[in-house]
Formats: sequence, C-alpha cells, structure tokens
Amino acid sequence: MSEKIKFTIDGKECIAKKGQYILEAALENGIYIPFLCNMKGVKPAGSCRLCNVKINGRNMTACTTPVAAGMEVESEIPELQELRLSIIEMLFVEGNHFCPSCEKSGNCELQALAYKFQMLVPRFPYEFPIKEVDASSPKLYIDRNRCIKCKRCIRNIKDENGKSYFAFYKRAHDVEICLDKELAATMSDELAQKAMDTCPVGAILRKEKGFDQPIGTRKFDKQAIGTDIISVVENINMEVKE
Amino acid sequence: MSKPVVATTSLSGCFGCHMSLLDIDERILDLIDVVEFNKSPIDDIKEFTKQCDIGIIEGGCCNSENVHVLKDFRKNCKILISLGECAIMGGLPALRNGIPIKECLDEAYLNGPTAQIGNEEQILPNDEELPMILDKVYPCHEVVKIDYYLPGCPPRADLIWDALVALVTGNELKLPYEVVKFD
Repeated sequence: MSEKIKFTIDGKECIAKKGQYILEAALENGIYIPFLCNMKGVKPAGSCRLCNVKINGRNMTACTTPVAAGMEVESEIPELQELRLSIIEMLFVEGNHFCPSCEKSGNCELQALAYKFQMLVPRFPYEFPIKEVDASSPKLYIDRNRCIKCKRCIRNIKDENGKSYFAFYKRAHDVEICLDKELAATMSDELAQKAMDTCPVGAILRKEKGFDQPIGTRKFDKQAIGTDIISVVENINMEVKE
Repeated sequence: MSKPVVATTSLSGCFGCHMSLLDIDERILDLIDVVEFNKSPIDDIKEFTKQCDIGIIEGGCCNSENVHVLKDFRKNCKILISLGECAIMGGLPALRNGIPIKECLDEAYLNGPTAQIGNEEQILPNDEELPMILDKVYPCHEVVKIDYYLPGCPPRADLIWDALVALVTGNELKLPYEVVKFD
C-alpha cells in the first residue's frame, strides 16, 4: 500500500496517496472542485483553470498540483467561486454556445457548471466568432463553435500505438481541433462514442445520433454537477499512522 | 396603491417565451389581480398609454424595428427583463451571425428552394416601409440597459411567475436548480 498523507480542503480533513494531485484526492474524499479539462485516468493539463484553489495564499490548479502533507487548501471561498464563474462566462462568450439547438444540451459539462453557478447572463460582450463545422469524417462531426480547447480529446482518444486521433492546429486565439483523416476513416463505433463522451461540450458528436434523450432524463436536468461524488476514503482516522 | 404596470413584447423571438408566460396556467388570474398589463400582445395594446413598471422583452434585436421597440421599452419602463435565450444572447436567430448578410438574403429570396417560385423578378425586399436588417443579431443588453435576466428556451413558467411575484412583492427571488436552464 502506498504511503498516505493528510491534508485539508476548506478545513475538512482529507487523505491522499503520496504524489496524488489535489483534484483527484479531493474527489476520492467526496469533495467536488469544479473542473472542465480534467478527466479520470488522463494526464492533467491544467488548461481550463476552473479548479484553481488557494494554497498559502497563491492560486494553483488543483489538477496539476500534488498534495503535500499538512497542506491547507481553500476551494469554496467567494473569491475563487467568483473567478470560476467569470471563467465560465468567458467560455460562453468566446464560442458560439447555442444551448437550445445543441445535441449535448443537458449532458454538457460547461452548461452544467453554468447551472451550478446560476449564470443568468455573461458579464462580457458576445464575440460571435466565425467557426467551421467539419463533417468530413465518417463517424464524427467536429463543431468548433462549441469547442473550449480543453484538449481532453487529444489526450484521451488514441490508437493502439498511442497516436492521438485529435490535434490542435493554428495558434493562440485561432487554435482549433482537427481529426486525423486516415485514423478517423477506420474509427470504430465504440471509439467514436468514447470521443463524444470525452468532450465536455458538444464539439465532438457522433453522426446519425442527434437528440436521443428526452428533456428531463438527461444527466444534469435534475442533478447539479458534482453532487454525485461519494467519498471512497473509508475511515479517515485509521488510515494514516502518525 | 395602484397596481404595478407590466408591458411585454416579442422582438426577434418565436413567442415561445410568451407561451411560457401563459403556462403559469390559473395563476394568470392571480397575476391580473395584482398587476395591470399595458402594451403587450396579451391584451393587444399596440402603443404605450402610460409609464410602466416592468417591461418583459422576448427575443434579441435583428432589425431596426426591434431596436426602436426596445428603446421605446427602455424609455417607458422602470425595470426591463430579458426573457429567454434570444433576448439574452441572440438565440437561434443569432446563428446567422457568422454568415454575411448578403448571403442570408440571397439564400432566402433568390437561391433557396422556396424562393424560385413567386420571385421571378429576383428582387430583394427593399421597400422603405420595411425595417432594415442589422449586420448581426444583438442581445438586448448590448443595445439598452437591462435590469434582470431570466434564461431558458423557453424560461420555465415557474421562473417567470416567481420573478414577477418577487418584483411585485419586493421579496428576494429564489432560484431552485430546476428552473435555471438554457434549453
């Protein structure tokens, strides 16, 4: 059994394996820290900045910062919640997020976070950028209007040799995701579904699927994101030998 | 004390938000007990006849007439509410924002499958009585100051009801998770 260390999040005592990232450890301790770019089992990127927490007065991304023994992490404080809401609002204005016409609506993590933070309107002006939809591959649509550049697809959808199906092209503000045409031609239905599920928004969609879940039965219709997290740490006092 | 006066309008919307307002069902009887409607499609009053307390705006601004009506509402209402996704962010009409206006008009009046018959002279509507189409669809708060926002497509009837009750009674509006939705 690997070495266990103790730390606190908002004053609540938590246990982590040595070297574990704060976000991963928080989830295991039943504490939700909002995030978009992170995914279980995928190398963290720290790109969305939603999981910003305060450690010793400094903002750090919980997904890329390992836990240290005795660390005091602040997460649900007004300053950080406000920062998170402003990031969500920024993501809404810098893309074209037409929720009423999106196939992923109700299952979208960005939308779910806006619901959680009760975003009624973004404080920033809408950018309405011009983006292309790429429907050239046989199994998937790529709708760049909705992409939030979290890189989840690039990190999670790979072939048996570890080659990514997806990649970024162009730079900075113009950066877009694209799909390897040769690899996409042989993509299985299972992998196409995995790619769609990997995308936190509606940027990667399976063809011939559309709106297949009625309103009211979708993931975030009744339950807020992060409310289904259950602690897997069984007995906090027994596990660490002081 | 006289009743608060409510005005409503649909700009570049589909009247779905107004339908949702009617979805408060029998509570509409309670509503007309406590508020008076002025300019609104509900009572078919076309022009403001007095200063209003609450103006409810459905739809964004896609043409000059929308902008005119919206500014008229701002002038005549103490409080303006953006009701629904279109008023808040342009909504589905704003899907045209990435397409040049010429292309939109050509598709609608010259090249589209339904435009071939009936427009043999190949003209784009240009009568000076017609409102001018804007370069893109604008959210209401980018044209005038908006005080409150009620999202949804359409906003849930309970959200509209709760918001109106909160405004009329002066109590704080509670937002349960189920009522704040974007679709």
